[in-house]
Amino acid sequence: MGNLINSVPALIIIGAVGIPIVVYLLLGLGERIASVLPARLGRGVRPWLWFFGPLVLIVLILLYPLVATIAYSFLDADASRAVGLGNFAWAFEGTMLGVIGNNLVWLVVFPLVTLVLALVAAILFDRIRYERVAITLIVLPTAISFTAGSVIWTQLYSYQPSGSTQIGTFNALITLIPDVKPVPWLQTPVINNLALILIAVWLSTGVATLILSAAVKNVAGELIEAARLDGSGEWRIFWSIVLPSIMPAVLVVLTTQIIAALKVFDIVYVMTNGNYGTDVIANRMYGELFSENDLGRASAIAVILLVAALPIVFLNVIQFRAESRS
Amino acid sequence: MTTSTESTVTTTSPPARGGRSARRGFSWRWLVHGIVLVLMISWFVPILALLVSSIRTQGDAASSGWWTAFVRPLFTAYNYQLALEEVGVAGSLGTSLAIAVPVTVLTTVLSLIGAFALTRMRFPGRTALSLILVALLVTPPQITLVPLLRVYHAVGLSGTIPAIWIYQVGFTIPFGIFLVRGFISGIPAELFESASVDGATVLRTFRSIVLPLSIPVMASLAIMQFLWSWNDLLTPLIFLGGSSVPAPITVEVAGLAQQTSQGQGALMAATFLSIVIPLVLVIALQRYFVRGVLGGAVKG
Repeated sequence: MGNLINSVPALIIIGAVGIPIVVYLLLGLGERIASVLPARLGRGVRPWLWFFGPLVLIVLILLYPLVATIAYSFLDADASRAVGLGNFAWAFEGTMLGVIGNNLVWLVVFPLVTLVLALVAAILFDRIRYERVAITLIVLPTAISFTAGSVIWTQLYSYQPSGSTQIGTFNALITLIPDVKPVPWLQTPVINNLALILIAVWLSTGVATLILSAAVKNVAGELIEAARLDGSGEWRIFWSIVLPSIMPAVLVVLTTQIIAALKVFDIVYVMTNGNYGTDVIANRMYGELFSENDLGRASAIAVILLVAALPIVFLNVIQFRAESRS
Repeated sequence: MTTSTESTVTTTSPPARGGRSARRGFSWRWLVHGIVLVLMISWFVPILALLVSSIRTQGDAASSGWWTAFVRPLFTAYNYQLALEEVGVAGSLGTSLAIAVPVTVLTTVLSLIGAFALTRMRFPGRTALSLILVALLVTPPQITLVPLLRVYHAVGLSGTIPAIWIYQVGFTIPFGIFLVRGFISGIPAELFESASVDGATVLRTFRSIVLPLSIPVMASLAIMQFLWSWNDLLTPLIFLGGSSVPAPITVEVAGLAQQTSQGQGALMAATFLSIVIPLVLVIALQRYFVRGVLGGAVKG
């Protein structure tokens, strides 16, 4: 059994073939039982029979932990004694303020830079003949993990003291200019936060471009032609025709990036582990959980992340209700 | 800036082909090509830099930038040998596959089943259920970690690969159901009616109508879920700690990056090995990936 659970082929066969077959057989068994039940009862039971698997997972992995985390956030380090709002008071004082400040920088800079670059890409790619190649190149980094992306960028940000050969791409480029000194990108506060954000931008622009590109192609061509005939410039056409009609896609991109900025972890963990003033909430939570073993504080941080995400949750729910009514 | 000066000229020029004079069109076009080219190059160069660095010798990598390899080429496969044999990257790739393949299949199957029930069956609580699923779409994963860590410890799942399966499938199911739901509700109702007239059972309808018709959307969901599972660092970091199985590739690469004792060469080789499968998948299945991104974007 111990060997089986560690063997890659066995695990793949169990998970990807065995369990789906079991699920199918259980559905068949359930349907058989539902068919011998009285018709009305059978009709009532059937949807839950089908929804049973997904529902169990949703309750176990999302709903129960969500409620439990909120409860833990009012308890002490080993979740044995109530501490009231103590964990939240801790989360908004001392070093935590800097951590939250970094997340705010992420929240503003990351979505905006990604949006602007993706808009430029989506609109310009629409006008060239090698669009497919261009889109493919921009999309490539979206296949890469944030972990691998961070490693890739360590050598672009690499720093050697002034005077020695610069082996980092950026420092080699800027020291080509006379009298410019190399910059320790990852050790200089504020610049290092922006340097980390740039990695996330590189990794995320592809998906944003795909979404905006599809929206740009849906803008009514006749409207643009008519505006051109009226003598409107491209800049004006963009602001008064293109941008308003792709607004829903812009909102989707912004909300997606805001959520990503809230929970950013991998890049900071790999690049600086929160040192040099780059720490973010999610990395702090990992630290509280594994270095400090403080369940209460870790949970309080998670609750803060959840509360910060709530406006977007409501936005999605409202939009969904509007869509399903129409 | 260029565009605004252009617009003043355009107003006076004859409205030939979108109202642009040939000369203005010429310079504007070069600007477009210029910006596009800069974007393409800057998005591709980091990947190229990784590939080049992974095949350079230790000495070269420590003393000069990766681009010097184009002037003085000296390449070696030693870093890959080091990564695969000394660092144990092969085992890590195996663990990542043992996580991502079942997670991909299970998410796809369960999302299809859930979406079928949600779109084709009427039951009390259906609207409430849909709203809960929408609300869960953007839940930060952090909110689930602490209690699950305790549950996994209590039932002995901690440090096992199936623990990761359960977590990653459960976490993505709301998204999966939404992606598939939009697709299934597009299947013509007459198909289902004629099936039930012919006396087909619900299971039969699912197997011979819904399943074959949904293959494109399942491919989209599958590639997105595979990428997410393969690239996830936080989940295995939290739930696979202290396990006897080799660490999955993201955890392995993050560990190598934090301690430099194995040298940059092995790290670069391991990192390149970690991105080969996702890159090949996205290039080969780009059409399905794009559809998945767009379908998820409209709903999410």
